[in-house]
Amino acid sequence: MIKLENVNKVYRTERVETLALENINLDVAPGEFVSIMGPSGCGKSTLLNLIGLLDAPTKGKLSIADATINGAGDRKLARFRNEKLGFVFQSFHLVSDLKIVDNVEIPLLYRKMSGGERRKLAQQALDRVGLASRIHHFPTQLSGGQQQRAAIARAIVGKPRILLADEPTGNLDSAMGEEIMSILHDLNQNDGTTIVMVTHDERFARRTDRIVRLFDGRQVA
Amino acid sequence: MRTNFKLALKILGRRKFFTFISLFGISLTLVVLMVATAVLDNLFAPREPEQNFDRTLGIYRVVLRGPHGTESMNPGFKYLDTWVRPLPGVEKFGITSEPSSTATYVGGERIDVVLRHTDGAFWQILKFRFLQGRPFTKTEDDSGARVAVITNELGQKLFGPASPIGKTISIQGDAFRGIGVVPAVPITRQVAWGEMWVPIGSYPSSDYRTQFMGNFIGLVMAKSAADLPRLRNEYATVVARIPVPDPAQFNELESHLDTTFESWVRPFFRGGARRQGVTLARGILVLVGLLFMALPALNLITINLSRILERSSEIGVRKAFGAPRRSLVSQFVMENVVLTLIGGALAFALSAAAIAMLNRASLFPNLQFDLNLRIFGYGMLLAVVFGLVSGVYPAWRMSRLHPVNALRGGAQ
Repeated sequence: MIKLENVNKVYRTERVETLALENINLDVAPGEFVSIMGPSGCGKSTLLNLIGLLDAPTKGKLSIADATINGAGDRKLARFRNEKLGFVFQSFHLVSDLKIVDNVEIPLLYRKMSGGERRKLAQQALDRVGLASRIHHFPTQLSGGQQQRAAIARAIVGKPRILLADEPTGNLDSAMGEEIMSILHDLNQNDGTTIVMVTHDERFARRTDRIVRLFDGRQVA
Repeated sequence: MRTNFKLALKILGRRKFFTFISLFGISLTLVVLMVATAVLDNLFAPREPEQNFDRTLGIYRVVLRGPHGTESMNPGFKYLDTWVRPLPGVEKFGITSEPSSTATYVGGERIDVVLRHTDGAFWQILKFRFLQGRPFTKTEDDSGARVAVITNELGQKLFGPASPIGKTISIQGDAFRGIGVVPAVPITRQVAWGEMWVPIGSYPSSDYRTQFMGNFIGLVMAKSAADLPRLRNEYATVVARIPVPDPAQFNELESHLDTTFESWVRPFFRGGARRQGVTLARGILVLVGLLFMALPALNLITINLSRILERSSEIGVRKAFGAPRRSLVSQFVMENVVLTLIGGALAFALSAAAIAMLNRASLFPNLQFDLNLRIFGYGMLLAVVFGLVSGVYPAWRMSRLHPVNALRGGAQ
């Protein structure tokens, strides 16, 4: 489902060149739930951004859902992200000016679909994460756990095959973290969604199928 | 498009302070532009009783140049009669004097009167609405009949509620009989303005008939507006062969068939620029309008650019979930256009209020400004241009944000 071969990522400024990822080889099978762990600054988020096509590798080959991505243009990448990938961020990134249901509809805005159909799918996604009664609230009117559930609804509303979660429990207390993890496991086990999750929490990582460990940009396990 | 429109309304409704500041700048600018347009429209558009001025041009000035100086005056009767009256293919040709101040006395009280001398054709070119009586005719002008058309305001001053028809008005020792009453005309109607009109033939002396330069205006009405360029060319050909009077002093004669707007702006330009002056003046007006619009547009661009940081997370999310650059640009441009259209509608309402205040203030007698649909159309067009100009660049910048940086909250 996800395949990285000899991937490097180098960040260049006028003065310095930083090797963020070095020679990463990763193969994630369909329906697998993989955790990425490592100390701060080791390249976890960079790796997730590469898998999420938000950034491009400096070297190496990247295949997602059986398609080689290297060198694709803005429109092709945008369409690919829209159809195949869902994102969950540590700080939720809900648009504060929009109601929860409008936030959840965002991925569907870039598909050919009627407003009514969009609304129906958004309500179903919110129902799935237990927020059916909060659709007309604004993000600031919800707790952190509820906001993250809304963000998961947004990530799954387009029924992507791959879900990428960047420290989804990082801003939540343990009870809320548990809630989020159980939703992710439910998506993985019942829908067969492939999940790659960056986390600092060993407890949550152990409950996934596999842990990939990074250190100073290198894959150590 | 519809989704972006709805989204724009939602965002603007939530960002009340930004919306208020932006609308304030946009509507204030548009109010000034729309009021200025209404004033210009009132000054120069063909309006009662100058409805026919969309196909009527005037000879307002004759300029004589020579090595020792320049003389610029209104044309005299002889000039108009000899050189302009015979122009071929003209529907009507009329002559009126410039307005002059004179006075009459009622019961020992002095009443000032703005007087014009006109011929019979003047009343066929200008469409005065007669409240009572009739205009005078060519025959009455030719015979020097002492008849007069006056405004209802002057009639009220002279005769109170009684009808002025058949009554005598003494001007400069001559007794004129009232034969017609028309509504008062605002001073901004350059050719129509006056309080009393009498035949040219009623001048006490016939000296005016021999004058090359004088105090008249010649009015040339074409069969249609499309015929005006031909008439201008005909007149230019005629002017080229008019013998210059007093060749010892002057060696060049210049005169044009002008609209009222052209007659206003032409004196501001000298020498060769005088000929291109009208185009230049129009260009200057458009430029002033654009510069005036540029200030709030730049302000809006600055506000929008500063909002890139504020909205970077939203941009990052949209990109992550599949928004191509073009969608982001159209979303942000739509937000701006909606904002400026609301500003345009607001400006129209505010302009109507400002014009009502101007009318109540009665800055000029009988002058009523109004906003019409054409001006509203211009206003909305300006608003859309305004929205596009101030929206496209910030939208392009926003759409170019790198998604990873945008999600981190940076604007690089």
